[in-house]
Amino acid sequence: MKVTIDGIELDVPSGTTILEAARQIDTKSAPPAMCYYSTLKDSGGKCRTCLVKITQSSAQNTRPSMRLVPACRTLVEDGMVVQNNLSEEVLEARKGIVELLLINHPLDCPICDQAGECDLQNLAFEHGASGTDYKEERRRFPVQDIGPDIKLHMNRCILCFRCVYVADQLTPHRCHGVLNRGDASEIGTYIAKAVDSDFSGNMIDVCPVGALTDKTFRFKSRVWFARPMNAHRECTACCGKTVVWLKGDEVLRVTARKDDVGEVKDFICNGCRFQHKKLEDWVIEGPMHVDRHSVISQNHYEQLQGPQDA
Amino acid sequence: MLTNRSKVVVNKTLTFSESLYFPAIFRGLMITMSHLFKRKVTVRYPEQTRVFSPVYRGLHVLKRDEKGAERCTACGLCAVACPAEAITMVAAEREPGQEALFREEKYAAQYEINMLRCIFCGLCEEACPKEAIYLTPRLVPSSFKREDFFWKKERLLETVENRVDVSRRLMRPAQKGAA
Repeated sequence: MKVTIDGIELDVPSGTTILEAARQIDTKSAPPAMCYYSTLKDSGGKCRTCLVKITQSSAQNTRPSMRLVPACRTLVEDGMVVQNNLSEEVLEARKGIVELLLINHPLDCPICDQAGECDLQNLAFEHGASGTDYKEERRRFPVQDIGPDIKLHMNRCILCFRCVYVADQLTPHRCHGVLNRGDASEIGTYIAKAVDSDFSGNMIDVCPVGALTDKTFRFKSRVWFARPMNAHRECTACCGKTVVWLKGDEVLRVTARKDDVGEVKDFICNGCRFQHKKLEDWVIEGPMHVDRHSVISQNHYEQLQGPQDA
Repeated sequence: MLTNRSKVVVNKTLTFSESLYFPAIFRGLMITMSHLFKRKVTVRYPEQTRVFSPVYRGLHVLKRDEKGAERCTACGLCAVACPAEAITMVAAEREPGQEALFREEKYAAQYEINMLRCIFCGLCEEACPKEAIYLTPRLVPSSFKREDFFWKKERLLETVENRVDVSRRLMRPAQKGAA
């Protein structure tokens, strides 16, 4: 199927979403996504940050779509023409979505452990306005411990449902979900039951904001003072391929590896994530690649290669 | 020739009056004498001190808020903004009951500025989202020991009784948010 996104034509198999097609062209200019996660089935369609404009629905139907559509949930059709970053309407809508996502967000980035690697922070920086018209009281929740290793800051949550899909699809029994409805909805564990499944830690990695954070890393260091290194170990429960965040010889935290759109392909087990905090446990492969626009690259830890002799 | 300022050296012989040297020496002495009656550029330190510019960037201060709680939340933005890498900090979580001591749920358990590294550029102040750190028109005292220049949080922090006025730093065109 031929689809044109921002004037670039490409061929994709049928059943591909507009977002996946746009990511095949370029991951940087593809629509941003806060709730869609390619490795989690059924995710997407909730945050509306990936809205795009369809100027021609298909080769037969040359009319534009009536309204903006979410790219993560809309399948491409043959001859479809999509406008993403070229459309003023889309950029304006995205700005509005950022404002809506931030309505109840406490903006406590100086305290939040996610700052520096936060999708919402990046989204607001790139697409948001600097002010808001919202005057009402923001909703507030107490900080909760869910399970022995995970901290839940419900204030920061944007209700993307990714963690619920992790619990549904990666762990044998789901014990947390979204309680209540609409403005009152929140992530909770039924009867304060601990999240103790072996893959529950992946909720931390999929969380686009700082709502679910690693308790073993809590306030240890800002991410840009740590050195992320690709590492692996023999693990029977998972692939064992991780990123260890070092400060000196100390392992501050362990996360799963993310691809160039910031999604985890191989989820890791809680054993690797929380129990192995010694440098001897890991085989260090080398520094994780960090985009030079990221604040984490401030650390200058990636070894620069000098000019090689010809 | 790039500047047109170079002079061609001429080896001409001196005239009679030039070869006497005395007029030139006398002219030089007159210049020296005239300076005795001009305004002096030095001050008699330490009896006299110079007036600091209102925006002088000297010794840092860590501010407390109106209620006396520490404003710094150890976000690390000053340290990442610092071009000299002079600032280090260790964060800690506020315990219940410490609300009067620390403003936010995270605070700087340790905070250190290496005054030997610091270049007093003021980028830490500009980066601070909590209006916690300011440069003040005070000088870092001199010392013979290196350790005296590693300023810990206890020395940087203002006390409730003896606050450091930074209102003149705030008179700059408003760059900071109203928060």
